[in-house]
Amino acid sequence: MRIPILKLHNYLLISIQTEIDDQTAIQFQEDLLDKIHKSGSSGVVIDLTSVEIIDSFIAKVLGDVVTMSDLMGAKVVLTGIQPAVAMTLIDLGIHLKNVPTALNLEQGLIKLYQELGE
Amino acid sequence: MKPQSCVNIKKEWDIVGARQLGRDIAKKVGFGIVDQARIATTISELARNIYLYAEHGQICFEVIDNLEHKGMCMIAIDVGPGIEDIGQVMEDGYSTSGGLGAGLPGVKRLMDEFDLQSEVGKGTRIKAIKWLR
Repeated sequence: MRIPILKLHNYLLISIQTEIDDQTAIQFQEDLLDKIHKSGSSGVVIDLTSVEIIDSFIAKVLGDVVTMSDLMGAKVVLTGIQPAVAMTLIDLGIHLKNVPTALNLEQGLIKLYQELGE
Repeated sequence: MKPQSCVNIKKEWDIVGARQLGRDIAKKVGFGIVDQARIATTISELARNIYLYAEHGQICFEVIDNLEHKGMCMIAIDVGPGIEDIGQVMEDGYSTSGGLGAGLPGVKRLMDEFDLQSEVGKGTRIKAIKWLR
């Protein structure tokens, strides 16, 4: 299973709609970095509106992909984290402190415009 | 108490299967969205620990329904290497897998009751309960 990555002007958009297993998460990490490299995109929004559970592994993969993209020079924003997911993550002790987030896709894009100044 | 249903954890995909079944049961018991997420996350963490450290094991679900309480019990059993220092794994931030597996303290916070029994060379048994409020 592959998570589709869409290109919109200078940005990449991802909406995670399915239950993610570990392999899919790792594959997504690779696919995204590859797509950033090939497309030269400067900003990425990963929308998690439909994601019902983020466990420690998925959280680590998401946190890592933000740091990895940052190393390459692309800014990633996670959007739409559900209230139940946010509460569960904090209980688990996962704070994702250096990860930029926004309420929804729209706010995420605004955040990218502001940060990248385009 | 209703009969148990168990899921074998052998492959990585079994982690997803276990948490989906657990969430379905939690929904039927009447848990709200947030507790469903807590239960599903707990199962995911326990199942991943089995997969990472013991290679295979089982997660069993039990619905508790008596006069005083209604809730859901999850039992993770494996015959893996066991845990040497239980005090250490219950400390926040401790991990032997570089952050891949669960912090058990996190799982404990997600649940209302948490019991860990382990014997080196024999295996580990974790029982966690969430009560319906």
